[in-house]
Amino acid sequence: MISFDNVSMRYHTGFEALKQVSFRLGAGEMAFLTGHSGAGKSTLLKLIILMERASQGQVWVDEQNLNRMVSRQIPFHRRKIGVVFQNHQLLFDRSVYENVALPLKIGGFDGDDIGRRVRAALDKVGLLSKEKLNPIRLSSGEQQRVGIARAIVNKPKLLLADEPTGNLDPELSADIMGLFHQFNQVGVSVLVASHDLDLISRLPYRRLVLDQGRLLTHG
Amino acid sequence: MAKQPLRNSGRGSAERHKVAVGDRGRGYLAHHREVLVSSLQRLLAEPLATLMTLMVMAIALTLPSVMLVGLQDAQGLSEQWRGAGEMTLFLDAGLSEAEGQALSAQLVDNSQIASTLYLSKADALAEFKQYSGLGDTLGLLDHNPLPAVILVEPDAGYRQPQQLQQLATLLEAVDGVAEVVLDLAWVDRLRAIIAFARSLAWVLGGLLGLGMLLVVGNTIRLEIENRRDEIVVVKLVGATDAFVRRPFLYTGFWYGLGAGLLAWCLIQLILLYLGTTLSELIGLYPGSFELSGLGIAGALSMLLFAILLGVAGAWLAVVRHLAAIEPR
Ligand SMILES: Nc1ncnc2c1ncn2[C@@H]1O[C@H](COP(=O)(O)OP(=O)(O)OP(=O)(O)O)[C@@H](O)[C@H]1O
Ligand SMILES: [Mg+2]
Repeated sequence: MISFDNVSMRYHTGFEALKQVSFRLGAGEMAFLTGHSGAGKSTLLKLIILMERASQGQVWVDEQNLNRMVSRQIPFHRRKIGVVFQNHQLLFDRSVYENVALPLKIGGFDGDDIGRRVRAALDKVGLLSKEKLNPIRLSSGEQQRVGIARAIVNKPKLLLADEPTGNLDPELSADIMGLFHQFNQVGVSVLVASHDLDLISRLPYRRLVLDQGRLLTHG
Repeated sequence: MAKQPLRNSGRGSAERHKVAVGDRGRGYLAHHREVLVSSLQRLLAEPLATLMTLMVMAIALTLPSVMLVGLQDAQGLSEQWRGAGEMTLFLDAGLSEAEGQALSAQLVDNSQIASTLYLSKADALAEFKQYSGLGDTLGLLDHNPLPAVILVEPDAGYRQPQQLQQLATLLEAVDGVAEVVLDLAWVDRLRAIIAFARSLAWVLGGLLGLGMLLVVGNTIRLEIENRRDEIVVVKLVGATDAFVRRPFLYTGFWYGLGAGLLAWCLIQLILLYLGTTLSELIGLYPGSFELSGLGIAGALSMLLFAILLGVAGAWLAVVRHLAAIEPR
């Protein structure tokens, strides 16, 4: 599903956030991406959704070479990927429901379909009762779950999550990980960036460990 | 995808996605409708700011429109005047009233002349009093300074400028005629002035149209700036450029429509006001004059023009400023 081949990424500041990273995430596989703060986890995820481009090396996602992808194709690429952002990226000028419905509206789904899918997604993250609220009135953990609902609402083939349990208590964190596991069970590829080592160590998934932008082969 | 690993190769998957979007035409139309409504709601949520922008645009539309409508009517009037090609023969002071009448009757026999009208000195004075409004002042004069005149209306077949000129020369040579005045020179001058004023109106219209474009463009630019976060988020979850542009283009559409309607109201009011003043002035001259207003075709084309400018202004802003907003 994802393949990094000797990928380096240098920000315009000159800082090299990723150094010769190579790995593969198989279709239907789930893995954790860990490492200290500033190790390059978010940067790696940004490369997958083309928020940034690799300075060197090749990135493949869903058998497409991202180096060759032109900007016209990027929206369609992103629609295949559900992303839970570290900073939520929610819109505070509309309700929780509208936030979660956004990917479906963009995808051109029609009204009834949108309603059904949005409620199903909100139900999964336990926020069905808050659909009409503005996300600004939710707790940080609840906002994070709105972000998760939005990421899964159009049943993407690849799910990326950047610190999805960052603001959640241990019990909720375990629930959310369980949710990702469920998705993985139905064939969705999942990559979760997290430094919640406690939680990760209890789960049976492969771990990719970043250190100063380098991928350690054995984490 | 685990089950169908070969389905998604290369550009094939992007194309497949487009087909899927086509299948969801209902959702696509629904989104257009939704954006149409929500962009209007946004404008109405800030009525004062919206009204100010609309007023600026409407004034820019009104000015050249009123000019063009007025000039259109003025031109019609000048054609009427010109078409008449009437001549005034001032008679020798020594000519008696009976001789004048006889000359008038004799002139009608000329095939180039359709009709004549003899006005004695007294008639001329009476008419002058009525039109000039100097009635009382003229009464102070102890004798009538005006000559008798014969008004000559040329035959319909002899109204080309050259023919009229020839006829005038001919009549000038007739005994008893002191002077022939062909009322064409000032009509021609009026026509030239109207033509110039019309080009001026178009130039003005062009400049003000450009101004409108900039007003909409700048308003939309601010709107884009205000909605930067939203643009970033929708791009992150897969919005195409068209999707991101849509609300702003519809906003431009509403600005254009609103400004067009407002301008129409302004124009009607102005014409109503000008109409009464003008008809008093014009009533002093021969021919009929009425401000015709925009008419349905005029109103529609102005509305269409306004909408076009609104959308074009929005498009300019969108093209210039949206590309700069990328999620980072
Ligand atoms: N837009 C940017 N411009 C320049 N440098 C950046 C930018 N974004 C990130 N960096 C740098 O790249 C390095 C990796 O950042 P990144 O956000 O990928 O770390 P991370 O592993 O996600 O950390 P955390 O666990 O704190 O989220 C950091 O040192 C950061 O300062
Ligand atoms: Mg990070």
